[in-house]
Amino acid sequence: MNGRVIGVDVGGTFTDLISVDPNTGSIEVTKVPTTLDNQAFGVIAAIKNVGTDLTKVDAINHGTTTTTNALLERKIAKTGLITTKGFRDVLELGRRTRPKPYGLKGQFKPLISRDVRMEVSERIDADGGVVIPLDEVELRSKIQDLIDAGVESLVIHFLHSYKNSDHEKRAATIAKEMWPNAFVTAGHEILSEYREYERGTTAAINGAIRPVLDKYINRLQGELAAEGFAHDLLVMQGNGGSVSARAVAHSAVSTVMSGPASGVMAAAATCRAVGIDKVITYDMGGTSSDVGLVEGGVPQVTSELDLEYGMPIHVPMVDVHTIGAGGGSIAFVNDAGMLQVGPESAGALPGPICYGRDGKKPTITDANLILGRLDPKALFSVDNPVSLDQIRSIFETDIGVHFGMNAEQAASAVLQVANNKMAGAIRMVSLSRGHDPRDFSLFAFGGAGPLHGTSLASELSIPSVVFPAKPGITNALGCVVSDLRHDFVNTVNTPLASLDITAVHEIINRQISDGKQMIENDNVPIEEMEFLYSADMQFQGQSHMLDVEISGPNVTVEELQMRFDEVYWARFAVELPEIKAVLVNLHTAVIGRRKSFPLSVLAGSDQAENLEDAMRCMRPVMFDGEWIDTPVYTRGKLPLDLNTIGPAIIEQPDTTIVVEPGNTVTLDEIGNLIVEV
Amino acid sequence: MSSLDPITLAVIQNGLIQVCNEMDLAFVRAAFSPVISEALDRSDGIYAANTGELIAQGELGLPVFVGTMQFSTQAVIERAKNVKPGDIYIVNDPYLGGTHLMDVKFVRPFFYKGKLWSWLANTGHWPDLGGAVPGGFSANATEVEQEGLRLPPVKLFKEGVLDEEILSIILSNIRIADQRIGDIKAQAAALAVGEQRLTDLLDKYGETIVTDAIAELKIRASEQMRSKISAIPDGDYQGIAYVDSDGVVNEPLKIDMKITSKGDELFFDMSGSSAPCMGPMNSVIATTKSSVYLAIKHIFPEIPINAGTFEPLNIKDPVDTFLYAKYPRPVSGCAAEVSQRIAEAVFNALVDVIPDLLFAAPAGTSGNLAIGGFDPKKDKAYVMYVISGGGYGGYLEADGLSNGCSTIGISKTTPIEVMEQYYPIIFEEYSLHEGSGGAGEMRGGFGVNYKIKLRRGSARASMVMDHGRYGPLGALGGENGGLNTVKVTTNGEDYIPPHLSKDQDIQINVGDSVSVSTPGGGGYGNPLLRDPEKAAADVKLGYYTAEQVSARFGVVLDPADLSVKLAKTKQLRASRS
Repeated sequence: MNGRVIGVDVGGTFTDLISVDPNTGSIEVTKVPTTLDNQAFGVIAAIKNVGTDLTKVDAINHGTTTTTNALLERKIAKTGLITTKGFRDVLELGRRTRPKPYGLKGQFKPLISRDVRMEVSERIDADGGVVIPLDEVELRSKIQDLIDAGVESLVIHFLHSYKNSDHEKRAATIAKEMWPNAFVTAGHEILSEYREYERGTTAAINGAIRPVLDKYINRLQGELAAEGFAHDLLVMQGNGGSVSARAVAHSAVSTVMSGPASGVMAAAATCRAVGIDKVITYDMGGTSSDVGLVEGGVPQVTSELDLEYGMPIHVPMVDVHTIGAGGGSIAFVNDAGMLQVGPESAGALPGPICYGRDGKKPTITDANLILGRLDPKALFSVDNPVSLDQIRSIFETDIGVHFGMNAEQAASAVLQVANNKMAGAIRMVSLSRGHDPRDFSLFAFGGAGPLHGTSLASELSIPSVVFPAKPGITNALGCVVSDLRHDFVNTVNTPLASLDITAVHEIINRQISDGKQMIENDNVPIEEMEFLYSADMQFQGQSHMLDVEISGPNVTVEELQMRFDEVYWARFAVELPEIKAVLVNLHTAVIGRRKSFPLSVLAGSDQAENLEDAMRCMRPVMFDGEWIDTPVYTRGKLPLDLNTIGPAIIEQPDTTIVVEPGNTVTLDEIGNLIVEV
Repeated sequence: MSSLDPITLAVIQNGLIQVCNEMDLAFVRAAFSPVISEALDRSDGIYAANTGELIAQGELGLPVFVGTMQFSTQAVIERAKNVKPGDIYIVNDPYLGGTHLMDVKFVRPFFYKGKLWSWLANTGHWPDLGGAVPGGFSANATEVEQEGLRLPPVKLFKEGVLDEEILSIILSNIRIADQRIGDIKAQAAALAVGEQRLTDLLDKYGETIVTDAIAELKIRASEQMRSKISAIPDGDYQGIAYVDSDGVVNEPLKIDMKITSKGDELFFDMSGSSAPCMGPMNSVIATTKSSVYLAIKHIFPEIPINAGTFEPLNIKDPVDTFLYAKYPRPVSGCAAEVSQRIAEAVFNALVDVIPDLLFAAPAGTSGNLAIGGFDPKKDKAYVMYVISGGGYGGYLEADGLSNGCSTIGISKTTPIEVMEQYYPIIFEEYSLHEGSGGAGEMRGGFGVNYKIKLRRGSARASMVMDHGRYGPLGALGGENGGLNTVKVTTNGEDYIPPHLSKDQDIQINVGDSVSVSTPGGGGYGNPLLRDPEKAAADVKLGYYTAEQVSARFGVVLDPADLSVKLAKTKQLRASRS
């Protein structure tokens, strides 16, 4: 493979692109506004911006929020359901929840409206036995009703189909004969795991966004082809791998949450390249921040994420937890006279006061500006500039007067409270996944992550922070470095004592062969294939499961028992020989490794000979209540043998890095800035 | 403004809650009881050294435990002798600041620099504590001894070592004992996590500052609550709610909630409520108070919880009523059902006064159904628990949620596919309880219908539910929500429990079934003011029939296409108002 490789990630505000020539190491990066109505315009604009000749491009890997946005804004296809008689309301009733523990208000709107949820006679029991045969006459008549009602996408979801999929398969065959398009989703094909609400909702999501994704990708592929691109577009999935455009619509649900996943993939690749084993990734944006965990160069994957209240997505995805604090989080004083930051956010509109879009409430970004952490001169580049004095006066009236503080003191207080709160949230994320954050490095990226990385690390007693070469385009980088990946899950749910290990081997072998077939269908050049095997296990009677890595298709019962005991001990320091272990699910990830990408090219080649030459100016920055005259450096010019002590501000086009007094700063061989706090 | 700066105060507040959240997390991840791990029926907190007052509580704890553990911690403090680091008291006595017997508390002294500094405590709902009925939800016990094993505060751990003798007494008296050691280890481990984290917090900020901050935070929480209460106009208000029956005597129990709002305080008087009852629907005082607290917290969800939060809430002891149970009155229904009626009475009293903050009554029942029997295929005895949700009440901005969780809980129901794997039953239906949402300008949400058929062996069914006699209360002219119904079909014949929502040990055999429909939420506002288009949409979705919207909302639809006939609707509504 010798042509260029492009990664392009569409976020909420910006579309980021990185174009790399693997032969020469030359790279171009760009950022253009996201075009919300049709993201393809932004993608094409970004490509034109860097002037890459598409006839010379070998691969374009695309991260898109098309499906996520479609779901959150409910701009989805009209979707119908065929399900087991007596159970059409499962998707509307859920599992008896409410949005928040306190307060009895809230709304839930099912993805598939009740009038197009149809029931047919059929029933399979928990052992896979047929209790009521599938009534094909009734099935055909119900499918016809849905076609007549103008339904575009069909979902078939029967109870216990993870155990016996015969009825779903048969119903899908009949439906495909009758359905006017290809949008027929059978639940077990997307997720073969027990729990009817979660499996059904995952299938319903797939059905609802499949036509949306299909239209978008076809259009984009067409436009790229018109510009001379001769290959299949690759699309990022939430599991951190990619899949070819021709195969993506079938399991459209796997593209949801692909944005956050690509950031974590880039972090994993970056840290793998320099031998950093364990990182917590911290991507701070305008309204929220995403936290992920990478161990041994591999991001943690989960099958239990909720996109929003009542919307579980149970396909394997990179485990990214969103916390409600971002640059736009609003600071205020509550009824009890306590200073609070967030969760309310000024968002992109009106945004922080300093954006000059009529924002009137103090935000984290504004606090960074008052304290000199962000460049006050950058203010003048906004549409309707506000002055620093205006911002300061809002901090005084909204916050300062309550505590007898001036604007700087109020801004400092806001940052400290915000950092403390974010650190608490990061700690909970890491603990709930069984890890002590002190064993990790912090990988800070996104537009605002680098402003807070060092403070958060101190709060969390994390010893070092990694700032990648291009923190603001990390997601696009994730697209470039990602491999092809297909995940498979099958439920076994049997105690080890009565496990039929031959059946286990059959399941894993089937997962492998299905995966190989899918990689082949992707029709994308790969260097090698790799397989990751794991099992969800628990003690009988428990409801939480532990993810246990296993050796592969020849796993033995003894190995399962031993691995489970080890993982359980590591997690809870408890031994329970009295109680039986249960194998719940088998997971296989089939990965097609693409040619690896030389990350060192990101570091650029514009380095200065010494630190003085990299310094742009000095400016006063407030640390711990004192104004300190602080050197401001240009990131790209930092010398390779950098070794300096904070305070410092390091600026680059896509972000600003804050180095606190006393921190040590160095550069590694691929241009990561390493700060010891 | 105290000498503490606002940053330190905010940071210590977050820090204390964080300690509790980490205890909650450690407990839930390692617990065996699905009631704890899946249903999150547990809570962790920090309590003052001398008074047992609440300092902080985890955000992920079950709502019904708001404030209760300070009463049980106080009971431990009164009885504790020779307290040493590493000791853990176990207690579940309902009359000593408890709820029902299944809620088992662990209370651990916390020492800092050699001195008793505070208490750490947690509660977990154990699946069984012995007694007449598996699971403990007896519908017709008449004294507490029939409900299970009662533990006064005793040291289960002495200086970190588990007392095997006390353990063996406990394990010999409860069902499914083999898994309990897993829960005991998890519950104790959570307190150890709390000890470590609280020590870290004190090391980081210093003892004096943390102590000052706790005192200040108590004042602040109290002030915040007072400012909310000041917005409630002064006056006397009343709310009335009924429990269907006590399970023994088939008569309704009345909760008479008189609330006086005066300045920045609220006064609660329940002395007009029914007398103590024979059956297990008595409420112990800790639960009665906690139910009032959680109702207020549902109305003002943003207020943080510590002892100061409750200070402006003056609850008069409702002596000589069923809401102030004394030994040996049976109490197993108090946490799951009576607590929700108390909350409903609070909502009902205040909804006319602060209609924009409140809502019509939610379904408010935990819907406990237990089916216990023997599965010949697996050659094993089993007990299956089914819980269910119901509709929430409408409110100013919107219709109520369907199948919401109980008022006191945050637990999810077990998936049908999981229950069918474990037990010899099959669900024949799990559907929306059509028509159950109370009519209103904003209607109530809908309950659930489910039907379970026995496939093998024989079994007994018991249930403790509510709202079989009176639906959840509507508000501001809205209709009450639909009723809870239970029907057991044996040998082709239908049996309706005489107490409607409570019964015990109903024999069922292969092919017999249990059908339950849960309550809808109350309607909010006059149904005749509901947007006719919304009523038409509800009919198109099958939530109501055309006849129902005509009778209950005064909306006339064209039978051909279900469009609104405006003129006829106006005419009908005029004739009604």
